[in-house]
Amino acid sequence: MIYREAGDFSASYKEDSQTFPIRFDRIAFYAFVVVAFLVVPFFINDYWANAVLLPFLIYAIAALGLNILTGYTGLVSLGSGGFMAVGAFASYKLMTSFPDVNFAVHILLAGFITAGVGVLFGLPSLRIKGFYLAVATLAAQFFLVWLFNKVGWFFNYSPTGIINAPPRTSFGFEVTGPAASVSVKYVFCLSFVVVLALIARNLTRGSVGRKWMAIRDMDIAAEIIGVNPLTAKLSAFAVSSFFIGISGALFFSVYLGAVEVADTFSIQKSFLLLFMVIIGGLGSIFGSFAGAAFLVLFPVLMKNVLTGWWGWPTDLATHVEVMSVGLLIVVFLIMEPHGMARLWQIAKEKLRLWPFPH
Amino acid sequence: MKLKLATYALAAVMAAGPAMADLVFPSLSYRTGPYAAGGIPFADGYADYFTMINERDGGVGGVPIKVIECETGYSTEKGVECYESTKGQGALLYQPLSTGITYNIIPKTGVDNIPVHSMGYGRTSAANGKVFEWVFNYPTNYWNGASVAVKHILDQEGGDLNGKTIALLFLNGAYGKEPIPTLNVLAEKHGFDLTLLPVEGATMQDQKSQWLQIRREKPDYVLMWGWGAMNPAAIQEAANIRYPMDHFIGVWWSASENDVLPAGDGANGYKALAIHAPGNNFPLYDDLKANVYDKGMTAGAGDQSGTVLYNRGLYAAMLAVEAVKTAQGIHGVGQIDAAMMRDGMEALEMSSDKMAALGLPGFGPEFSVSCENHGGNGLAAVQQWDAASKTWSLVTDYISPDSDVVNALIAADSAAFAAENNISERCN
Repeated sequence: MIYREAGDFSASYKEDSQTFPIRFDRIAFYAFVVVAFLVVPFFINDYWANAVLLPFLIYAIAALGLNILTGYTGLVSLGSGGFMAVGAFASYKLMTSFPDVNFAVHILLAGFITAGVGVLFGLPSLRIKGFYLAVATLAAQFFLVWLFNKVGWFFNYSPTGIINAPPRTSFGFEVTGPAASVSVKYVFCLSFVVVLALIARNLTRGSVGRKWMAIRDMDIAAEIIGVNPLTAKLSAFAVSSFFIGISGALFFSVYLGAVEVADTFSIQKSFLLLFMVIIGGLGSIFGSFAGAAFLVLFPVLMKNVLTGWWGWPTDLATHVEVMSVGLLIVVFLIMEPHGMARLWQIAKEKLRLWPFPH
Repeated sequence: MKLKLATYALAAVMAAGPAMADLVFPSLSYRTGPYAAGGIPFADGYADYFTMINERDGGVGGVPIKVIECETGYSTEKGVECYESTKGQGALLYQPLSTGITYNIIPKTGVDNIPVHSMGYGRTSAANGKVFEWVFNYPTNYWNGASVAVKHILDQEGGDLNGKTIALLFLNGAYGKEPIPTLNVLAEKHGFDLTLLPVEGATMQDQKSQWLQIRREKPDYVLMWGWGAMNPAAIQEAANIRYPMDHFIGVWWSASENDVLPAGDGANGYKALAIHAPGNNFPLYDDLKANVYDKGMTAGAGDQSGTVLYNRGLYAAMLAVEAVKTAQGIHGVGQIDAAMMRDGMEALEMSSDKMAALGLPGFGPEFSVSCENHGGNGLAAVQQWDAASKTWSLVTDYISPDSDVVNALIAADSAAFAAENNISERCN
């Protein structure tokens, strides 16, 4: 009834190719962004920010990055945890070396540094693909974690190797450290998410993204029609690592504040990100958000329902939570192998016809 | 549906509101995950002691204790969630039993004004109360532990370690790396060689290469900083190569029954540091039996009573309750808040008379806490495993560490933290 496009005509190519061609979608999206920026920060509390929204936003950035690599270019990577660690340690070295610089600049620089490292580890992708590439990126994961655990320079020679985010500001607002207000942290992360999602969306529907998808669908055919696999694959690694590096930097400095590399950026993190992308939907911007939301928010919701409301013992609740997440992953993949993004698309198509499907 | 949601939301808000009638102790436990074998007995002991206080005395100073348990699975992210969800409920003290979560909470304590007690773990330099106002790690810490272990070795070797070799087998992470700076200084001072043998957390049950190196190089002593499944694997490997067990000394986190039982008789004679006595041969256990076990109020499965880590949970809870008593004495009120709790911890004194009166004679070392010193006196003892009777027993008195060495390191590390975070020293 409400969700329909009657009378919604595109009169130019520009209108036809916009991100949300249906006016209702468009309005809903802008309303959502306005609420997220102008309403939520005034009502957010420590729990919602630190336990729910910050991890969701930061994982969404990482999922976007991995989706560019795995979903759009078809290069499976298990090195995302390691690349997040690069972002985290780059931001730590930058923020302790140049304390007076706007912290947003450090985050961007951390992203660029990670992009460089990503290109380096992406070089094998020119020769190998599929499972073999996954194993090659696995080497990146283990090497990077080992490096940040081993070489004292990266953690300023602290006796434990744990890095701590000291208070730093961005545009006059404190964004890291314990005294930073959660509203500021939230808006800081949200701004990165919105800008990066816009970049990802526009990259993937432009010529760059089409080259990536051509490589994904059949690399030899792509090469024959004139796509240079070297630039296409390495640019995918660079952009993907840039996103993941930014998410790693935010993860360490804004969200956790203290990080032990072997613990936080282990292989588990790489798997978690891969699950997000697969469950959310490979090759979909919305899917990255949906996957991050599912794997971050669902366990928190389960925990609050099971122990908070029903008063279950904590260990039982955790076991049930882990089993439910696993079960739902399997169910999702059987019922809808293209992920939550595809489910959402089907729902929208049904809604457009509802209530008169014939 | 909307009404239902609103009701739930209201219920959640009300549940989250500070319950001012209780002394709230969140228990950030881990009963699941790779380190559950250590997390379960500690969490059980921690909860059982509070239950016993409630049942026997009706709380502390007439105010009942409420324990909120939250599962972290030893994960820092879940720890953050637990911290944020419990801090608004009147939490008096956090004891996360995880180095990662402790490091994460430390900066927040000064803002939220809730103290942290990392008993024998966490950030060692938090012993410097001048910099870390809200963090305590009494009765001892890793650097003291390393020093006590070396002192014990000195005793065994007749006071001379020149030319000897000590190997450190450690979990390659923040926790395992802690003793290295201290051991380096001590190696220089006493003239022994230090060999570092890291064990990766992801593959901690596979220590073939480390023990091959030990078999080849034959270090005179092996120290171990391990946790979880690393400990039994190491002790089994040591038994396999017939390493002399009384030359193999673990830290107090490598000192539980879970660690030695799998190796059977091979583990006989294995030594470990202790910050409290093992076993259930204390009058307090009668009170626990009467007020908790017999009433069926045990936390968890109730099968951990008397184990080393269960005792550690009891010890942590006992120190918390004593700090509450001290705080109530200072401020003259029963319902203390977190800031008063901090004052109580800072004025805490544990004497042998006090422990005897609590039904725990000789259970832990004597120590006192002050504004400058949040780490106690740093004493630790050595306990040894007897495989035949399956019991731990203390084989030394509480040994005091080499304070000159350790205090200088603590001053240096806390000064670095203070400089990085613009903290000015207090207690002046």
